[in-house]
Amino acid sequence: MTSTRQIVEILRRELLIERRAGEVITIVVPFAALALALAPLALPVDTDVLPRIGPALYWLIALLFGLQATMRSASQESEVSELEAMAGVDPAVRFAGRSLAAAVLVFGVLVALAPLMVVLYAPAPVPGWPAIIPSALLLAAGLGMLGVLAGDLTAGLRQRSALAPLLAVPLGVPLLMGSAQGFDYLARGAGILTWTLLLLATDLVLAIVGVVTARHLQEAKL
Amino acid sequence: MPLVSLSNIVVARSGTTILDGIDLDIESGEIVGVSGSNGSGKTTLLRTMATLVPPNAGNGTVLEARLGTPDIYRVRPLIGLAGHQATLVPELTLGENLRHFARLAGIDQDLVPEVLEVVGLADAAGLAAARCSNGMKRRTDLARLWMSSCRLLLLDEPEAGLDDDAVAIVDALIKRCVARGGGAVVVSHDAGALHGRCSRTREMKDGLLQ
Repeated sequence: MTSTRQIVEILRRELLIERRAGEVITIVVPFAALALALAPLALPVDTDVLPRIGPALYWLIALLFGLQATMRSASQESEVSELEAMAGVDPAVRFAGRSLAAAVLVFGVLVALAPLMVVLYAPAPVPGWPAIIPSALLLAAGLGMLGVLAGDLTAGLRQRSALAPLLAVPLGVPLLMGSAQGFDYLARGAGILTWTLLLLATDLVLAIVGVVTARHLQEAKL
Repeated sequence: MPLVSLSNIVVARSGTTILDGIDLDIESGEIVGVSGSNGSGKTTLLRTMATLVPPNAGNGTVLEARLGTPDIYRVRPLIGLAGHQATLVPELTLGENLRHFARLAGIDQDLVPEVLEVVGLADAAGLAAARCSNGMKRRTDLARLWMSSCRLLLLDEPEAGLDDDAVAIVDALIKRCVARGGGAVVVSHDAGALHGRCSRTREMKDGLLQ
């Protein structure tokens, strides 16, 4: 019960910080939207390729900029890690709280970009599209944990801002495949269970790695 | 059982030995002063006692928790640490910072207005920490320590950046902790500032306690 309260408290703090600083809303989301809007300019204008590549670009940009949103969350860590430690918060609880907050921010990025993708790329209507929402939630959870892990692994390094995404993006490939392929299968009227299970399995692995390494990784940066 | 018992503690970072065989026992009711020049290892000693820095060699217990073991998570809420810099989230107000800490540590958050009053910041509760002076931030740190029932108080240069009124709060904080059966360690580069406040003092030089 205490751990749950601490997770909720860390989540609340992170979202309050974002509301005050507005880094994801005013920087990450506009840049992601710009990337989504500029991509068609690199393609021949007389092709009908846009509706077909739109969803794929959406998931790719969501992965890259979603991770950027989690890095913002991780960037606060050094200032609050000591406070959390001295309050008696277990490192695994700190990992869970921060990952959850990062996941909320990633999901926010996904939600903000979705209408823009529909407007810019006009993909063919996908019957039963709400079935992709669980996949989007699993993607957000996975990216949240991945961002926090990468932030912890590179804590204290001078090249952190470059190293953390370099480390996280390749590990995010199963998440990208699970969400992008899942949506593609859904659009073709096929089942997406396999891809949802891939996302779930990736999230489980990240959660186990995060909890098991939390003490070592988070104590090392105090 | 002493509050703190350190035996031949060695701490090294990046190939540099910072603490080189520290022996120190602190009993309940004691106020120990540690003086020393910059870079002598005072802050690392304090952070080792706060369980934030695991020793590379030697044995130590703090509030009966062995250093370097998971026992330390149990005792951390009973340790009050105030470092050079106040530990605050810049985007939160002073009041929010204290309520956040209280909720994390399981302390009654209704104490926040009272402790802000004690440290003279009742009118500044709604100010963002990022907009406050260093003195105000350090007073907020003292408020955090005031509302926690710590048994071991670890103060790093407690007078830095504080006016006379705030220094009196530091003294009251130490007395309060000792009256509860706890103990305190005060670290300062100025040995003179420790006399009169501490029951005994030690000098730190090149990672060794003299």
